[in-house]
Amino acid sequence: MNLPLALVLLPAGAALAAFLTRADRPRRVLLVATAATHAALVIAGWARGATGDDAEAWLGLGPAELPFLAATSLLFLAASVYGAGYLAREAAAEHVDHEEGFLFQNTREAAFTGGLLLFLATMSLVAVSRHFGLLWVAVEATTLVSAPLIYFHRHHRSLEATWKYLLVCSVGIAFALLGNFFLAGALPRGASHVPMTQAVLAENAARMNPAWLKAAFVLLLVGYGTKMGLAPMHTWLPDAHSEAPSMVSALLSGALLNGALLAILRAHAVCVAAGLGDFSGGLLVFLGLVSMGVAAAFLIHQTDYKRMLAYSSVEHMGVMALGWGVGGAAAFGAGLHMMGHAFTKGMLFLAAGNLLAIWRSKQTSEVRGALRAAPASGALWLTGFLAISGLPPFGLFLSELRILQGLVAHARWTETALFLAFLAVVFVAMARVFLRMVFGEPSAKGETPLRLREPISAVLPPLALGLGALVLGVWIPSWIHSALQGMGLMLGGGR
Amino acid sequence: METFAEVLIILVVLTNLKLLGSSRATACIRTVAAQGVLLAALPLVTSGDAITLRMIAQALVSGTLKAFVLPFLLLRATRGARAGRELAPFVGYTTSILLGVALMPLALALGRKLGVTGPAGADLLAPAALFTLLVGLLIIVCRKQAVTLVVGYLAMENGIYAMGLAFAQREPLLVEMGILLDVFAAVFVMGLVARHIHREFDTLDTDRLSSLKG
Repeated sequence: MNLPLALVLLPAGAALAAFLTRADRPRRVLLVATAATHAALVIAGWARGATGDDAEAWLGLGPAELPFLAATSLLFLAASVYGAGYLAREAAAEHVDHEEGFLFQNTREAAFTGGLLLFLATMSLVAVSRHFGLLWVAVEATTLVSAPLIYFHRHHRSLEATWKYLLVCSVGIAFALLGNFFLAGALPRGASHVPMTQAVLAENAARMNPAWLKAAFVLLLVGYGTKMGLAPMHTWLPDAHSEAPSMVSALLSGALLNGALLAILRAHAVCVAAGLGDFSGGLLVFLGLVSMGVAAAFLIHQTDYKRMLAYSSVEHMGVMALGWGVGGAAAFGAGLHMMGHAFTKGMLFLAAGNLLAIWRSKQTSEVRGALRAAPASGALWLTGFLAISGLPPFGLFLSELRILQGLVAHARWTETALFLAFLAVVFVAMARVFLRMVFGEPSAKGETPLRLREPISAVLPPLALGLGALVLGVWIPSWIHSALQGMGLMLGGGR
Repeated sequence: METFAEVLIILVVLTNLKLLGSSRATACIRTVAAQGVLLAALPLVTSGDAITLRMIAQALVSGTLKAFVLPFLLLRATRGARAGRELAPFVGYTTSILLGVALMPLALALGRKLGVTGPAGADLLAPAALFTLLVGLLIIVCRKQAVTLVVGYLAMENGIYAMGLAFAQREPLLVEMGILLDVFAAVFVMGLVARHIHREFDTLDTDRLSSLKG
């Protein structure tokens, strides 16, 4: 059986089994086992080399897909280990809301676990789809299966977040469908029945109608950009990330947003092949900078630390859009950034989940002295801050440096200045919050002993993700390096 | 057959005006269902003798979904919600219809400019598709009730479907079915969330969802 299809069907089958499993423990084992098998298959696929060189193939696993799929799969593995412990701790029938004090229930665990596994299945389909129509179906499916995940804690705030997410993203992605039709309309008359795969379209790109292709790219960028969290279409993102359980936030930030970016890049690659790279790249650069700017503005004086991480995701998606738009060395950097950000933001959200469980508040002003009250989570929180800010020796340092190199090599000085200015503002704004939370006298309402406050299943996954971010910064294995270079070429970065 | 196609397209345009002027959620649901059925029938009318088995099957699946399944899901969401009338939308009904009438020449100009000839006798299809899309967006912006917003989403989806017909460029069967499945799932999930909104706030008005800011 071919590997890309197996990567979709395995978690989908496991999701069905999870829906039907009554007992909690076997279901949690199933979740982690499926995630581990998926990760092993992805790594095996990477070791075996690219498949699906047929231009007309709908599914494929090559340099364009592997880094993205590997980041998604490893992040999901970490989140599932974290999740198994989290679900065991959340098993009580009723919970008290931290903010407003009312009682609420959680979604049934079977439905939640099944939803997680379906999320992995649809995300894998997004990664391996080279056909634009199928890609659209997959991206919309990720919205629909992840909406119930955000509504895990059943109360009015998470309901609000879920509704906004569903409506904003569905309407946005509808525009992407229109973009697909325009893409088909751009094909020359004789070629109107070719399969709509990225490779076939790139072959025919020179004969495509440029005006239609431009319109198609704009629609796809707006549509998938909504899902990716590019400003000004990012409005759903902070709400969804702050109300979802932390491991779901980690998956949204580290996998879902990247998936939408991949969809945009496939269209960008067709534009580049048609000689419209300056047009599509210019739009990516513009929206990237707008996203960085908007995120920086909302990060100043942010009082909710999960919302802070969400706006930081808007910023980093902007960095990636900028890098891909510029191309060359910056595209390599943006590919690396995609992996590094997935690991780092996953680590931060999981650590945030630990802080939230101990302090029972998302307010930055409530959490003090994390390093002493919860040494492991506090250290992870501090390390995560250093990593997300792009300080050496973490992966995001290297990737942002590469993007900077690309900007300078293309002599784009205005963009360089704005890029550095926004990064500086974000760093200062986030440093204020993080450092106050980590140092000082603990403010924990801590009667529970440390061993219970920081269970091993809540510490190991973010630690592993942090190590991943570190590895990408100090030593990129040659196979990752060559895949990222291939990714840059396949997705329109080779300009 | 040409006049028949034109009649269908004009009916689609009229359903849009009806959508803008209806204050009852149930009326909106029925109207958007009728619109879906009209559009599902359109390819059978425009293609004349060249009807294939696949086209009939697609029209049947799409028509059944839009005529029965989606309205059922949405009506279920409104049940017990006294969702009848939306009393204070962000933009009133008369104003909405006037806005809709103003959008019509815009859609006509844009649709003509695209230069899509479409299948025989369907020169009006691209403008009508754009009009439907814009009306859907208008509803999403102007209304409060959760179910009415889903109706707006469906109208948008109908407009996009019609646009696909205008291009006479059919997606492969698998993708076509995937899109329908996604639309079904979207309405299913949105309907569920709407029911939860009703249970939580005792109303379907989404302006109560306003506690998340910043």
